[in-house]
Parts: sequence; C-alpha cells; structure tokens
Amino acid sequence: MTDIANTLTIDGRTISFEPGQTIMQAALAAGVFMPHLCYNPEFKPHGSCKLCTVTVNGRPQSACTIAAMPGQEIQSDTPELNGRRRVLLQMLFVEGHHFCPGCEKSGNCQLQALGYEMEMLSPHFSHFFPDRGVDATHPDVMIDFGRCIMCELCVQASRDVDGKNVFALAGRGLASHVVVNSPSGKLGDSALEVTDKAVEVCPVGAILRKRVGFAVPIGERIYDHDPISVKALEPDEA
Amino acid sequence: MSKAATLEKPAADKAKKPKLRIATTSLSGCFGCHTSFLDIDERILQLVEIAEFDRSPITDIKHCGPCDIGIIEGGVCNAENVHVLREFRANCKTLIAIGACAINGGLPALRNHLDVTDCLTRVYCDRAGGKNHTVPNDPELPLLLEKVHPINEVVRIDYFVPGCPPSGDAIWKFLTDLITGRMPRLDHELLRFD
Ligand code: SF4
Ligand code: SF4
Ligand code: FES
Repeated sequence: MTDIANTLTIDGRTISFEPGQTIMQAALAAGVFMPHLCYNPEFKPHGSCKLCTVTVNGRPQSACTIAAMPGQEIQSDTPELNGRRRVLLQMLFVEGHHFCPGCEKSGNCQLQALGYEMEMLSPHFSHFFPDRGVDATHPDVMIDFGRCIMCELCVQASRDVDGKNVFALAGRGLASHVVVNSPSGKLGDSALEVTDKAVEVCPVGAILRKRVGFAVPIGERIYDHDPISVKALEPDEA
Repeated sequence: MSKAATLEKPAADKAKKPKLRIATTSLSGCFGCHTSFLDIDERILQLVEIAEFDRSPITDIKHCGPCDIGIIEGGVCNAENVHVLREFRANCKTLIAIGACAINGGLPALRNHLDVTDCLTRVYCDRAGGKNHTVPNDPELPLLLEKVHPINEVVRIDYFVPGCPPSGDAIWKFLTDLITGRMPRLDHELLRFD
C-alpha cells in the first residue's frame, strides 16, 4: 500500500502536518493564522468559543479540536466565516461588560485583538450590562467577572499546572460563571498565589495582577501595532 | 497613509456641486470625540471646500436641518438626548456614531447597574457639605433615563467609528472614504476600542 501524504489544504494552500496534530496546531505550525480565543497551545483544547470554526470538506468544525487528516479541504479566511466570527465576538462583547477604555488589559487582550482583526466596528446587539461584580479580596490578584468569557483556561491552569483547583465553572447557559473554591467563595480566602499559572493565562481582562496594570503604557502593548494574526505566529505568543 | 488621503476634486467639479451639509452633536459624551475631530488640523480646510456645517458646536446652530452626514458623539442618558438623536436621524441621510459612548454607552453606562434615584440622592443629598440637600428639579433640566443606551438602541445608525476617542486620523480616514464613495475602512493602527 502506498503511503498517503500528510497534507491538507487551507484556503487552497497545501500544508503538511504531523499525525496527531489538530487542524489549529497544523495551521499555526505552518504559519497560517486561524482566529482562536479559548485555545491556548499549552492546554487541552476546550472548544467553547467557536471562533476557530472552519469548514472541513464543506462541514463546519472547530479547528482547535478536530484532528488534521490527509486530504482535508479547509476553508477558514472567507468573508462568510469571518462574518460569523464577528457575530460571535459581538455577542461576547454585549453579554459581558467590556468597556475597553477602562480596562487594564486593553492592548494585551485577545478578545479585543480579535475584534480588530475581524473589523468589528459596533457591537450590533443590545447590551446586557450585567452586574457580575468584582472580587478584589486577594492582596495581589483581582477578578472582574464582567469581563470573563468562560474559556475555562484558569480552571485548567489551576487544576493541571498549579495543582490547586482554585477555579471552576458553575451554572448553565447564560447563568454560567466562574466560581472560586474557598470557604467564603472569595479569592482572598483561596489558595491562589500571584505566581500561579492561573493568574497569567486569562486571555481577557478578567483575572488581573494588581499594581502592574499600567506598567506597560497604552500604545506599547502586544497588539497596539501588530494585529493578532501576526503576533499569534511569533514564538512565545499564544 | 491616512494623512495622504485627500478630498481634492477637479476645479470644474467643485464649482458645480452643492456643498455637503454635515451636522455634529455630543449627547452624553465628554466632547473628546469633537476635540479629536479637530485633530484633523489643517485638513479641515479641505473639508470646508466641499462641505459646510449645520447644527454643530462649531456653528452653534441649535437645530439640525436636512443634512448629508450626521456625526454623533456620546450615548443616550436623558430625555433631551433622545430628542436630539431623533432630530438627527430625521434630517441626516447618513448617521455616524463616533466613540465608545455612542457605540456602547461608554463611561456613563457604568451607572447601568445602579439605581438612578440612589445615585442622585447620594450625590446631592447625602454628601457632606452639600448646600441644598435636594435633587435639582428645575424644569429646564432634562430628565435622566433609568439606563444609559448606546445610540443604535434608539435609532438606526449607518456607520460606527470606535475609539475613546477615535484619533483625528481615524475620523479623517472614515470621512474621506465615505465622501469619496469608497467603503469606509480603518486599518489596524486606526481601529481601536480604547
Ligand atoms: S477584557 Fe478585553 S475586550 Fe473586555 S474590556 Fe478589557 S480590553 Fe476590552
Ligand atoms: S476568568 Fe479568564 S481564564 Fe478564567 S474562564 Fe474567565 S476568561 Fe477564561
Ligand atoms: S478556539 Fe476553538 S472553540 Fe475556541
């Protein structure tokens, strides 16, 4: 039997992959940007944000969870798929509380950077203006629940890297939210330390280290000059 | 790149065409977007070659007449904002929302999860040193709405220019694209939410 070449095409471009890679891993390794928000190369894909949705042989699939297979014909950077991504972003913006001018993460935030990438000029939908609260009880870390996008990266990082289980997702649908594992439910009472992986992994401005918010000024931040489609392909960037 | 964008028209063309009318207003905004608009600097001379201003803080005209372009800064937080916004929609062929407050409520919307009466009582009545100890209720003062709304929740908006405020270059790029009939687009350096 002849070997089948480990290649697939993305938007017509042929790329090689290693067996076992997901479509997302193969794309990023080959220097092809695919929008993603809940995927972090260091963690098991969660597949929740659906921003990475591509079509594989015509069917919509999450690129971060589907295995790369020989001969797949993948469409990703098309007006239709980018239009759907923009709608997903707009829904994330209106259901949470994203006032970027007042957010320490601005310029370093992947949600915002994808908004720029997908040319999201307006939130389109009516804002929920939720009151999800802030927990600032920890001496070195705060969490603004209004900015959480439920990507579960802090849950994974705390459990799998820090070995602490400080965070969990609770509730269903619109009521789902991050909860803190401590007697009072407050961060200050939890085992979280400022050096924990869970603190650094948040892709948005929900979990923030205190007192370093403006150490790097606005205008000199990760996505201030280069878009996420460029930054995501540089070594050391997710 | 944006600085190079120009509105120059052939001289013959200029003579024939009636000028565009542009109206601008600030609803519940800080006038930062208008200030940023003035950051187009000397390019405003190119603009007035082909456009004239209707209602705007620049002209001090109080009511908006028929216009080609309306530019709105600020969200909707009181009854007067609603009237002004509707007047603009009724008179402007194209309505543009500029800045975070017009687009998502911005800073004023931070009160949306608080009770208005509670806010007013705390500011005007409970504060130590307050003289009158009553909430101002002069009939001239517009009534506050219970919630602050982005303007697209009140009327249809044709275009959005995000930023807090958008830079003069972003406003210029958007306007010149629109006026010269190109699809208005902001490239990465000009598109900002902060
Ligand atoms: S988390 Fe990101 S999108 Fe949300 S307010 Fe902060 S910078 Fe903006
Ligand atoms: S707090 Fe941050 S890392 Fe945790 S689920 Fe929310 S967005 Fe994700
Ligand atoms: S990145 Fe694939 S679902 Fe979020």
